[in-house]
Amino acid sequence: MSGCDKSNCGCVNTNPTDLLSSSRRNFLGGAAAVATLTLAPGITITAFGGSAKASGHHARWGLLVDVNKCKKDCNACVTACSTEHGWEDTGHPLTDAQWIRKVTLKDKKSGFEQSLPVMCQHCAEPPCVDVCPTAASFRRDDGIVLVDKHLCIGCRYCIMACPYQARSFIHEPLIDQKEYSPRGKGTVESCNLCVHRVDVGGTPACVEACSATGNGAMLFGNLNDPDSEISKRVAEYPSTQIRADLGLDPGVRYENL
Amino acid sequence: MKRIVYRELEGNVGVYGLILLMGAFVLAGAGSFYYMEHFGHIVTGMNNQIVWGLPHVFAIFLIVAASGALNVASIGSVFGKTAYKPMARMSGLLAVALLLGGLSVLVLDLGRPDRLIVAMTSYNFKSIFAWNILLYNGFMVIVGVYLYLQMERNVPKALLKSVGLFAFIWRLLLTTGTGSIFGWLIAREAYDSALMAPMFIAMSLSFGLAIFILVALTVNGLTNRPFGGALLARFGKLLAIFAAVVLYFTLAQHLTSLYATEHHTYERFILLDGGIYTQLFWFGHILIGNIAPIFLLLHPTMGKKRPAIVLSALMIIAGGFAQVYVIVIGGQAFPLMLFPGYEVQSSLMDGQIGQYAPSLPELMLGLGGVAIAIALTIVGMKVFKIVPKSLADSAVDPHHSAAK
Amino acid sequence: MKFGLKILALFLAIFGGGLIVLPGQVANAEGQNFNGSALLAGVLPNIPKGKGNSCIAPTDFMRRNHMNLLKHDRDETVHFGNRQVKASLKECVACHAVNGANNTPITVEDPKHFCRACHDYVAVKIDCFECHASRPGGTLKSSLDKVLMENKALAAYAKGSEE
Repeated sequence: MSGCDKSNCGCVNTNPTDLLSSSRRNFLGGAAAVATLTLAPGITITAFGGSAKASGHHARWGLLVDVNKCKKDCNACVTACSTEHGWEDTGHPLTDAQWIRKVTLKDKKSGFEQSLPVMCQHCAEPPCVDVCPTAASFRRDDGIVLVDKHLCIGCRYCIMACPYQARSFIHEPLIDQKEYSPRGKGTVESCNLCVHRVDVGGTPACVEACSATGNGAMLFGNLNDPDSEISKRVAEYPSTQIRADLGLDPGVRYENL
Repeated sequence: MKRIVYRELEGNVGVYGLILLMGAFVLAGAGSFYYMEHFGHIVTGMNNQIVWGLPHVFAIFLIVAASGALNVASIGSVFGKTAYKPMARMSGLLAVALLLGGLSVLVLDLGRPDRLIVAMTSYNFKSIFAWNILLYNGFMVIVGVYLYLQMERNVPKALLKSVGLFAFIWRLLLTTGTGSIFGWLIAREAYDSALMAPMFIAMSLSFGLAIFILVALTVNGLTNRPFGGALLARFGKLLAIFAAVVLYFTLAQHLTSLYATEHHTYERFILLDGGIYTQLFWFGHILIGNIAPIFLLLHPTMGKKRPAIVLSALMIIAGGFAQVYVIVIGGQAFPLMLFPGYEVQSSLMDGQIGQYAPSLPELMLGLGGVAIAIALTIVGMKVFKIVPKSLADSAVDPHHSAAK
Repeated sequence: MKFGLKILALFLAIFGGGLIVLPGQVANAEGQNFNGSALLAGVLPNIPKGKGNSCIAPTDFMRRNHMNLLKHDRDETVHFGNRQVKASLKECVACHAVNGANNTPITVEDPKHFCRACHDYVAVKIDCFECHASRPGGTLKSSLDKVLMENKALAAYAKGSEE
């Protein structure tokens, strides 16, 4: 039993294990480790943003981007993300939501150019989660950093704190959102690693689009599983994280950067 | 020393007129709030690069000034300067009013102000923002109790003193919390510094006293109550010291940054080619906010006179506002460095200076907060026995006549 | 005095009538298939029927508890990634979609929307559709096909790099 029958469903379920049927979700068995305390119905205290580290048996979803394979004029990942989640370019880059963007780098000395996608880096120690006053920004046990929009009050402190400029504030009322990607005026959002796909065993839309172009610059997988392709690649070839100096341990890594 | 007699403000044209004028600004602020709430932040100048705009400048200025406004009471009760004691009630009321004004702006600018209840039912204790919610609410309760005890008869002096001390410590914590909102942002070049907390405390001393002087002079002027010249001169001297402390912290901050090569691009932006931010820094913050008032106030003859002190207080407020603007907006305008050493280009304007032009609704919302603070102060003084009948030198200072 | 009596009688007629009508109203609203009298047709909410045979729980239970079920399961999904919850807003919206003109589901902008039918009547503001889709969005499983369909340049690019 889930511990909750229909008559007392105002409670917070602390044992979700039984509700999870797909084997992929087994890592969530220890989900109660998130330091959440319910004082009274409706009053919740989250200690230290649930920064519990993913231990061995938890998944840590991550991305590996091979910058050499990422073509400068290709925007497939950005288009796919925009279509998947319903955010679009309305010609106002400063107020439009941008969950993922292509950044072109030019070495100041040599003039060497590279192009790469930048999105939420899904840090192990996310500053956005640290600063969020209502615990709306949180990190799931599988490493995906999300905004619980039911709790977001739109203070934008997380945007101030994010080192990657990865978050967007929704400036206008929206209608007809994608049914699996709720978004609304006055709240903050960012790349959710296509959590609706990942939860049912899928791959993020950007990765799918990238491989469909034939470039194959993006790889998605479980960094905690030593047998996954991403873990093997990371173990075998050098890769780096953006602003690794900050010590946030992002789940998105880059090769040949 | 004569016994201090406190009286409610007389209900004259000036007092009511001021309340009405402030009421009009509060209404305009409410209208701006409704407009922004209805259409979303698209109607403001704020965007995904400059996420905190003019309302936050107003809010932070008012909140910082609030804790500073309490200092007159602290000097009297905690540090035992009797001449300041008669103004303790005014100081407490002004502090609470300024805080309420600032918080109103902050709350009404939220993306989902209707969900304010969430901020009270779901806490993340690692967030300095969440801590500040407790610090702000605590401040209002403590200063409220402090005000009540001052107005109540037969309160033991020791109790009043310990509550005053508690309020003083709390206000230091509160300003530390406000400064840490910026100080604890690891990724931004402009912030990420332990200096932010003491800098904000210095700013609070300076802004808070400047506002207190202007409010006290205005209220006494409106109701024809005397305000001693020697008392005002003491305030002027104190104000000069506070302004100098702000200048000192600014100097320490920028010199430290200038020494480290990695911060040179940012320092160059603020000090040399940051356009409006550079101008606000040098002319607003440094010249009008610090150097000019310090010289004016320390002038051997002019510095003790009322016009110089009023002008200095006005300059410190204007310069202080410019300083908060440079910290809040200038700090965000400087781009995040994702790839140090590279030239970057993207659809999100990576590597470019943030664009921001404040809009009318933002200005009116901010002014609405100022109006709330002033209106609450005046109404409070009209309803309660807050303002002494006389602040003449002979009334407040037992040694005054002897010194002459 | 006489005027006062008239007013009193009028009040009695209105509120007394209300007392008689109200229990009937409530009883009727509780029933699965409400067929209001001509008098009440315009007063009571016209709740559109959902698809399929039954909801996840009996109707009277759902009327009182749908918000708790939704709130419970939303935390399950958002925080623990459980996508197999019983009470999913997406499913509510899919089953209870109301078709408007040109046979497409209407959004919550339309007062005939399932949720609004009742919520307007009881004057309870709902926040769900500030963010959530208020009508089913079709069967868009993969965004990629749509991307390639819409973006000919990209499709050509994809094709080109395959060659």
